[in-house]
Amino acid sequence: MSEVKFSKEHEWIKLEGEVATIGITKHATEMLGDIVFAELPDKGSSVEKDGTAGVVESTKAASDVYTPVSGEVVDTNQAIVDDPAKINEDPEGAAWFFKLKMKDMSEMDSLMNKDEYDKFAKESGN
Amino acid sequence: MEIKETSLIKLHKSHGAKLVEFAGYNMPIQYSDGILNEHKFTRSNCGIFDVSHMGQLFIIGDNDLTEDLEKIFPIDLQSLKKNQSKYSFLMNDNGGIYDDLIITKINNGYLIILNAACKDNDLKIIKKKLNGKYKIDLKDNLSLVALQGPGSKNVLEKIIPEIDNLKFMHGDEFKFSNLDIYITRSGYTGEDGFEISIPNEIAEKFTKELLDKGSKLIGLGARDTLRMEAGLCLYGNDIDTETTPIEANLKWAISKKRINDQYPGSEVIKKQIQSGVKKLRVGIKPDTKVIARANTKIFNEENKEIGKITSGTFGPSVDHPISMGYVDNNYSSLDTKIFLEIRGKKVSANICKLPFYQKNYVKEI
Repeated sequence: MSEVKFSKEHEWIKLEGEVATIGITKHATEMLGDIVFAELPDKGSSVEKDGTAGVVESTKAASDVYTPVSGEVVDTNQAIVDDPAKINEDPEGAAWFFKLKMKDMSEMDSLMNKDEYDKFAKESGN
Repeated sequence: MEIKETSLIKLHKSHGAKLVEFAGYNMPIQYSDGILNEHKFTRSNCGIFDVSHMGQLFIIGDNDLTEDLEKIFPIDLQSLKKNQSKYSFLMNDNGGIYDDLIITKINNGYLIILNAACKDNDLKIIKKKLNGKYKIDLKDNLSLVALQGPGSKNVLEKIIPEIDNLKFMHGDEFKFSNLDIYITRSGYTGEDGFEISIPNEIAEKFTKELLDKGSKLIGLGARDTLRMEAGLCLYGNDIDTETTPIEANLKWAISKKRINDQYPGSEVIKKQIQSGVKKLRVGIKPDTKVIARANTKIFNEENKEIGKITSGTFGPSVDHPISMGYVDNNYSSLDTKIFLEIRGKKVSANICKLPFYQKNYVKEI
């Protein structure tokens, strides 16, 4: 099974070969509340580690989605754009945001594992 | 400054409220159901809103008081019947709005419901204008609970059967637990509903009975999406001291009979009624699902800036993003194409009718 890692901006990343699938964590969706809008990066575009790669909006506010690693966007999940409520339903599964062909595999090293992230999320409270 | 709590704080916490500071009070933004469910429940059933942070100002006096209050508020108080409510404004000399409020004529005087963030300043202004002539009391021993939605009457009737006769924008005195309460048929959601002014010591007991009868607690988050769909202004966003009631498209709330009278801002108001305004509050619907929130800049087709969004969200019942804002009056007519600058991109939108959601007030019974 491929390992899932987590960023301090509350994204999860799952690596299969050199393709990384990225989404936002359950903790993030609980903080955001009901998500009513999602915007994803363009397919074929390049994104840089810690750069903006989308937006989610709840009824209350808009939040940027960051990418925890650099790469080329090879796929995006249109289903969550069409029905943003899916993000609240299954944030760490069916409601992935985009897939990247990674540029620098070593960028995975600085990310947190599940235990570390759970601890981080609990302590940061945001 | 110490953060204040309402008498329902325990109830909020036990219902999984997410609490945020609002106007100096620790208030529920949402409960465990979430804003969308709370919004929809209110539209289909009935929701309970703790609005105890709002000001309940009682001014006691006779006919002189009516005359003196007409020098402050642009409404016809002479013909306001006992237990009748009207929407009005406290304005500065330029017609800018210090607060929007509801005045109800009660026994021996008036009850004025004020916005939480404005109430202390309102009290200061009103006190100064009335010059010590009357007893003025901003009550902190009273809570305010709103029950909103098509099921409100059925729920409240089970506790206070006599409310059956209340008409929209009318109130009356009732009893609960042997204490006096005052109920008006009014609200801030575009639905039928009631606002109940009740002593702090019985507010929780009363609210628990509402819950037992099938209603649910609803947070300020859904209160905001509900009022936006209903096209209602939020003070501090859609109206403030830089906007007049005429610019805010609230001319209906200025009594025709009072247009030639003197009150703060009366000259500006009269001039704007006669010769029009430069900017006007309008409803705005983006063409896509992107949400245009407060402070989003508005442009015309030639890329000239023509206004600014003052409120915007996703409207759960209209299933589309909705906004309101002020535009140059040349661009205020229905279906005018405009552009909204959102995260650096220009998104097309249209001026549209308010409210976004058809109101369901029960006007005649």
